[in-house]
Amino acid sequence: MAVNAPVAPAELKSNLNDPLVIAEKIKAQYPTAVEAANAQGIVVQGEQLLEVARYLHDTPELGFDYLHNVTSVDYPDRLEVVYHVSNLARGGTPLTLKVNAARQDPAVPSLVPVYRGANFQEREVYDMMGVRFLGHPNLRRILLWDGFEGFPLRKDYKEPYYEDERKPFGTRWDQGHHVIAEDRNPWHDNVKYPASFDAVGYKPQRDTVRTVGAEDAVATKLRTDKLVLNIGPQHPSTHGVLRLKVTLDGETVVAAEPVLGYLHRNHEKIGERNTYLQNIPFTDRLDYITSMANNLAYVVGVEKLMGIKAPERAEYLRVIMAELTRWISHIAAIGFIYNDLGAFYTPLLYGLEERELVLDLFEAASGSRMMCNYMRFGGVARDVPEGFLDKVQYLVTERFPRRMDELEAYMVGNELFTARARNIGILPRDLAINYSAAGPVLRASGVKYDLRRADPYSIYDRFEFDVPVGTVGDMHDRFTVRIAEMRESVKILKQALAQIPAGEIMTGKKNYQIRVPKGEVYGRAENPKGELGFFMVSDGTPNPYRYHVRAPAFINLTALNEMVVGHKIADLIVILGSLDVVMGEVDR
Amino acid sequence: MSEEKPQAQPVPVASSEEEWIDEQVRRTVLVTPMDRVVDLVDKIYNWGRRNSVWPMGFGLACCAIEMICTSASRFDISRFGMELFRASPRQADLMIVAGTVTKKMAPSIVRLYNQMAEPKYVLAMGACASAGGPFKEGYSVVSGVDKLIPVDVYVPGCPPTPSALLYGLMQLQKKIDGQTIRDVSWYRKGASEGIPEPVLGPDVFDPRRAEEITALAGDPGKLEARAINIKSKAESKAEKK
Amino acid sequence: MAYGLGLVKGLKYTFTRAMKTVAGDFKHLGRRYDETLLRERQSVRGTGIFTVQYPEEKPAIPENFRFVPFLVYEPKLDANGKPVIDAQTGKEAINLERCTACGICSKVCPPQCIWIVRATTPEGKPKPKPAEFYIDIDVCMNCGFCAEFCPFDAIKMDHDYELANYERHISHIFDLKTLMKPATYHARIHPLDFKREEDDRKAKEAAKAAKK
Repeated sequence: MAVNAPVAPAELKSNLNDPLVIAEKIKAQYPTAVEAANAQGIVVQGEQLLEVARYLHDTPELGFDYLHNVTSVDYPDRLEVVYHVSNLARGGTPLTLKVNAARQDPAVPSLVPVYRGANFQEREVYDMMGVRFLGHPNLRRILLWDGFEGFPLRKDYKEPYYEDERKPFGTRWDQGHHVIAEDRNPWHDNVKYPASFDAVGYKPQRDTVRTVGAEDAVATKLRTDKLVLNIGPQHPSTHGVLRLKVTLDGETVVAAEPVLGYLHRNHEKIGERNTYLQNIPFTDRLDYITSMANNLAYVVGVEKLMGIKAPERAEYLRVIMAELTRWISHIAAIGFIYNDLGAFYTPLLYGLEERELVLDLFEAASGSRMMCNYMRFGGVARDVPEGFLDKVQYLVTERFPRRMDELEAYMVGNELFTARARNIGILPRDLAINYSAAGPVLRASGVKYDLRRADPYSIYDRFEFDVPVGTVGDMHDRFTVRIAEMRESVKILKQALAQIPAGEIMTGKKNYQIRVPKGEVYGRAENPKGELGFFMVSDGTPNPYRYHVRAPAFINLTALNEMVVGHKIADLIVILGSLDVVMGEVDR
Repeated sequence: MSEEKPQAQPVPVASSEEEWIDEQVRRTVLVTPMDRVVDLVDKIYNWGRRNSVWPMGFGLACCAIEMICTSASRFDISRFGMELFRASPRQADLMIVAGTVTKKMAPSIVRLYNQMAEPKYVLAMGACASAGGPFKEGYSVVSGVDKLIPVDVYVPGCPPTPSALLYGLMQLQKKIDGQTIRDVSWYRKGASEGIPEPVLGPDVFDPRRAEEITALAGDPGKLEARAINIKSKAESKAEKK
Repeated sequence: MAYGLGLVKGLKYTFTRAMKTVAGDFKHLGRRYDETLLRERQSVRGTGIFTVQYPEEKPAIPENFRFVPFLVYEPKLDANGKPVIDAQTGKEAINLERCTACGICSKVCPPQCIWIVRATTPEGKPKPKPAEFYIDIDVCMNCGFCAEFCPFDAIKMDHDYELANYERHISHIFDLKTLMKPATYHARIHPLDFKREEDDRKAKEAAKAAKK
């Protein structure tokens, strides 16, 4: 079969995303590899996982070239590692692969040789669940520090302030005498120590010691030294509390390793204790610049599980909010890029001015500027106030286009910017896919993949819009793709405003006790930063059994090293800025 | 992470009521010309300090975005003389702890605080920095930055709006106004000691408490006695039956 | 290509921006601090001046704005229908708490920062009234679920954000006394919501009366 075969008919297209069809194909190749297969996914034998993945990835006919998500679920009798892979050109629902491992010392083969995007994600699974990935190049804790005791996402791990398995806690109502969490803990603080802990003689592991200096420097016969430079976690241009360990040869970057976890807030552990509803305000705090879009991604996921749909007006309101969010997120992002370039504040302040206006609208609609908490399962929290849509109308028809023309004139054409951004931090197309880059970073590398088109959710299939792509995959492309996306957002907003009907904003009655049927779901949406996915396992109770977030910014960071090597240290900062990471989402 | 609430500045506290009365009498009734001069100096000095508080941009999480918005055109923090967000702790007077303080970040925060020059102030912005906020129950969150360093002003909210932050900064200005060079700690003899950095072990710990922790960790009985045990609903129901 | 054109172009934009404020000031000469005009100039349609000079000017707070929650009580009314001021507290005297201690707010609260002790009669039977009510505002995430799901319109989100303090262990744990605010206050900050609630209640009462 030729590689460039004519476009497959729709039937075949959907067939190749069907787990049962794929399972048959795998069985034909590796008779013992498939343990079980159903419409939800394929359970693969642990030892043969790498071969199966290679087969799925390399066979031109299948071409599962993109790894969306790696996570694991802790069941009472086993640990299950879950992979979501898909073919970007084909789009559609991703294929789910599962591998079982024993709870005692679990180990599965690493997929890094096939999908380099698995690197950080596997480290996270190791950190949280203790699954060892055989053959992983650098299997260390990623979000917590080396030396931390326990694997926190296991069901038998109890935090120092542990109170109850799930919310609501029984101690709050009826006899809710106020006791602060500190008093319940024997250390009167959020800590716990193993019984044999000797604090006096404790030597912290090396990574927690200061690493500024030439510790890792390798002296060669030439009289040049490599220098390890520590950037962050407190640094004005690391966009939060990101820390980078950069190895330098003079001013040239030899390697850059992100050290994460300085904002690890236990989103997933808390999320598993919360009810489904209680998780909505927590998703606001993932990527705190785009809270509306996070809400949407989560709500879309849970609605898929519940099998309900929001009424028309609510869907339109959701799209309006999500697109406004995309606009302000991108304008802040490009402002920050300029900031990192040394154009202190002016472009950023201009961007933030427009952002303030949108935040005012969000505040009027939802009640809070940043943490909107606006979407509900089956609708939105409340209808927009009077005059809201008129203001949005004015913004999208008059103000935004004007601002964007201005922006393009003074930013994109700027010769200083062009000189700094062209051919800097190139991420070629195949590498971008292999590293599971998402969002504008992926599209800047020339991959036309946007979930709003590839796997439409909400009502995005009704709108006319383009998916802008870059050509080279350098910083300049990432910048211009964002600006082009802002124009597309305005296009969508115009259509949504023209079509929005009057009517209900919520299906069913307002209810805080939400029943979610048993099942598994990987719900996702195209966030301004990329594909934000929620993997949830429901056991029929009001609380999710497993709740995992596929954070685009976190996975985009995997490719950072690839982009910065060979560039100067000053470029590293800008390349990082062009990735547009938000630490709340990276560390969760 | 000391157990007690850390004392802000070692302000001399009158040991008895009489002493306090004596002090008040000395200040208000027996006012010498020298006192008047000192008062005048105080006024000028505090006016200058209060209107040029340079914050350290210490954005940790969501609140940092609101902090940036405060310094942007809508709220314009420079009206308070505070627009110079310093990246270096050496040049900063105020540490705005904007966001969730995690255990992994704790050593860095203490180190940065130690590097700041006196007089220094700390403003805990938002619920997370004040007491852990909604993430308090998590395993890797410090329940309030005041477990690590002394805090001057707490601004509640999740996140506080820029106006709420500005209100907090005005409270700080009031606090600065109330200080006098007679009893501020940074003109006293002897260098002020830094706070030892917390160590990241199996869990974060204060090296000053190392011996206590070692002794107690091996003694589950004693540990048990130190905590308040709340019965869960199921337990209390079972008891009633 | 001549160098420096980008710089000139950039400066042109910043300069025009700056001039917009000046032009606006001239256009509205002498009315620089007129509140309604200022709101208009700072809104989506405005250009130029953008700064809200807190604390002298305050940004407009929309009705839906949420900060920390408070509890609503019905004030005691005198013969003219005016609320009676309690001399001791300086607040309007409490006639009836709306809260029935049903506990829905504490159940739905995502960070579980609401503690309620239900009142009991001397015989030990539960009474629909809170005996103690605590909200730890340093744990509260201002999500507004408590107000959204309260069936009695008893808990609402406050607009007062000026809560900064030098201390948190006592003043940031709100008890019943701090949380209680009169319905008149609720009506003032949430005029539309209040009207809707009142209409709903009247409709319900009318329906009840019709049944009888």
